[in-house]
Amino acid sequence: MKRRLLLLLPLLAFLALGGFLYQGLSMNPFERDSALMADPFPAFELTTLEDPSRTVDESLLRGEVTLVNVWGEWCPTCKQEMPQLLDLAERGVRLVGVDYKDTREKGRAFLAEFGNPFEVNVFDPDGDLGFELGVYGAPETFLVDAEGVIRYHHTGYIKPEDVREVILPEVERWRD
Amino acid sequence: MLIPMIPEIGHFALIVALLMATVQAILPLAGTATRRPLWMAYARPMAAGQFLFLVVAYACLTASFLLDDFSVATVADNSNSMLPWYYKASAVWGNHEGSVLLWSLILGAWTFAVSRFSRELPRDMLARVLGVMGLVSTGFLAFVLITSNPFARLRPNPPADGADLNPLLQDFGLIIHPPMLYMGYVGFSVVFAFAIAALLGGRLDAAWTRWARPWTNVAWAFLSVGIALGSWWAYYELGWGGWWFWDPVENASLLPWLAGTALIHSLAVTEKRGAFKSWTVLLAISTFSLSLLGTFLVRSGVLTSVHAFANDPSRGLFILALLGLTVGASLLLFALRAPRVSHQVGFTWLSRDALLLINNILLVIMTVTVLLGTVYPLILDALGLGKISVGPPYFNALFVPLTVILCVFMGLGPLAHWKRTEGRALLRRVWLAGAVALVVAALAPLAYGGEWNLQVSLGLAAALWVVLPLVRDLWEKSRHRDGRLAGLRRLSLAHWGMVVGHLGLAVTIVGVTVVSNYAVERNVRMAVGDTARVAGYTFTMTELGSRRGPNYVADAAHIEVRRGDDARAFVMTPEKRLYIARGMPMTDVALRPGLFRDLYVAMGEDLEDGSWAMRIQYKPFVRWLWLGGLLMAAGGILAVVDRRYRRAATARDPERPAREVTA
Repeated sequence: MKRRLLLLLPLLAFLALGGFLYQGLSMNPFERDSALMADPFPAFELTTLEDPSRTVDESLLRGEVTLVNVWGEWCPTCKQEMPQLLDLAERGVRLVGVDYKDTREKGRAFLAEFGNPFEVNVFDPDGDLGFELGVYGAPETFLVDAEGVIRYHHTGYIKPEDVREVILPEVERWRD
Repeated sequence: MLIPMIPEIGHFALIVALLMATVQAILPLAGTATRRPLWMAYARPMAAGQFLFLVVAYACLTASFLLDDFSVATVADNSNSMLPWYYKASAVWGNHEGSVLLWSLILGAWTFAVSRFSRELPRDMLARVLGVMGLVSTGFLAFVLITSNPFARLRPNPPADGADLNPLLQDFGLIIHPPMLYMGYVGFSVVFAFAIAALLGGRLDAAWTRWARPWTNVAWAFLSVGIALGSWWAYYELGWGGWWFWDPVENASLLPWLAGTALIHSLAVTEKRGAFKSWTVLLAISTFSLSLLGTFLVRSGVLTSVHAFANDPSRGLFILALLGLTVGASLLLFALRAPRVSHQVGFTWLSRDALLLINNILLVIMTVTVLLGTVYPLILDALGLGKISVGPPYFNALFVPLTVILCVFMGLGPLAHWKRTEGRALLRRVWLAGAVALVVAALAPLAYGGEWNLQVSLGLAAALWVVLPLVRDLWEKSRHRDGRLAGLRRLSLAHWGMVVGHLGLAVTIVGVTVVSNYAVERNVRMAVGDTARVAGYTFTMTELGSRRGPNYVADAAHIEVRRGDDARAFVMTPEKRLYIARGMPMTDVALRPGLFRDLYVAMGEDLEDGSWAMRIQYKPFVRWLWLGGLLMAAGGILAVVDRRYRRAATARDPERPAREVTA
């Protein structure tokens, strides 16, 4: 009898996995956290990547429309996204980075290599802020208005054509 | 005029193939249950017919691509009249609809091959095996026809030209990587079918493993090549020089490979020693289930990935249902039919049996580790526990140590005897290998990189520990009165297969270790006349121009490269291409491959004052990664070519009466 139960184990494990997969079908990973839309940017208190002694919090995002980009040195897609972010910065968009689940050395090396479009980078080694933001992976980008409210969320890589077609119009829209 | 009707002919052929698959699934299985030889006899002709019609359907879709029939939606979305013909032909599988058709075609081909090469199988066994494969095929062909018809027309206004193939896919890698991978995935359906047939027939002796082993080795070899090609493709095509990203889709191919690796070893134990019977059946089911799970993960869009196809919720649900039915039913059958009493085949804890068991367990732990890392975000999200992402840090932290432990046992396994090994005798045969491995591994980083490096030493020690005992074993085995060469020749091909396969893993480990620790990357700004020095090489930009390709325009740089003060220079020409139809920029990397180092130059951004951001990389031993993969595959194939198998398949069980065993 005991052995019979043991033999049933693989089936039970598979059924559990199947249940999660079924639930996963109804959740689109690209639209996961629309719940945060129109909510204030979550509170945080973290040091910056550039300066371990400087602490910043959510007030960093007040006063100007800001694009918050979650990235990490370990994320290959982030490397491909950097030219678009540099382009956005050149066009006068204020960018703040969140270096997510990374080490300081690796994060700095990444910026030295791929360019730094960010005014400042929030260092989030344990993913606390990422967790609050409901970040599913990197890269993800949030548009925060001058009052510090999340207005737009972009999951995944910002494609070269997205800069002109999606991101800039959204920035303009919330600047007024 | 038949040409305008090509898509309809293909569609019709696909429907006929589905009907034949259904007959192949139902009649032979019903025939074994009711003992009707006539019904069982339907299996082979149906397998042949199904394959024939799948070939027709596939040829029709290829013809639509080659003839630029943009009234076919799949062609309009994934091809363009300017695309070279070989990319048109491979664009067939560069999209969801065409790739599931390829999947089905390959399943048809494996089924046909089994029906041709298994004439010696008992009649009822063959009927069951082909019946189970027919069931799988029925499910997939229904999936193609109901949710993903590749022949759907765009009427009444077809576009004048196609949207072009995604430039990332316009590469030699697309021509060869997916077919190899699918050959592997789908090939595991054969051992799955054998396992299910054995469970259905209640005949769980060593016989089914003997028949299934060669098929499994071949499928595993294809999958190894497929994964190696995928890694190589990512390396030069994505433009960043990485070779493994722990992306969900990469993991989806690694999962069946790990389970399959455990399976080919456990099949060996079951065949030779009659042990691990239930375990082997479970592994056979799991390996193919993981192939199906991979298909689900890629095509349902539940995980974000660079590989994801365009998603459609109805497709995800259909595949999940297919997965649930196939895997659920198999595991239920397993729970009901697996031998009730575990066979006590005696072996001590120091024996080849035990070492293989330990390695099997380790491989399963690795499989579960990767599986959990891949679906963990999904599970947490479903439970409402938040959203997280699992990245390379998790995988590397677990996978690397597990691989090292695996190597420890791999070094001992081939030298141990079945059943029991004298501990002291084993020690006497391996101590020298162990000592040499440790000393060389400790000193090599000092000689190569100029300083101690624990990671490198660990990796090299593991690789050497896998290889050196094998060398010692070959040395002992090659003793022969006609000289060593004659002694080596006497060894069976199956043994050489094992040696080459293990050597392949060691080679891959060396590649991973060296390239991870000694690669050099530099981003530089370069204009014509500028020089950069990277890892002892000088790179000078001599020319900057533009070029026109068939469906793109490109900025191209000429980089003259010299090693040290060597007078001879060679030229590397990286390009930045703009594909016209999609307006998509692409980096075309210039590579100078070598056995001991690759040089890698990619053009980054145009910096407006006539200079470019260039990314220059020095990648030592990176080729070893894929070379090892090819060696592993070669090992798998060598083991199949061994004459012993063909003789065994014919000599034993010549006309065993079709005996039913009721459980």
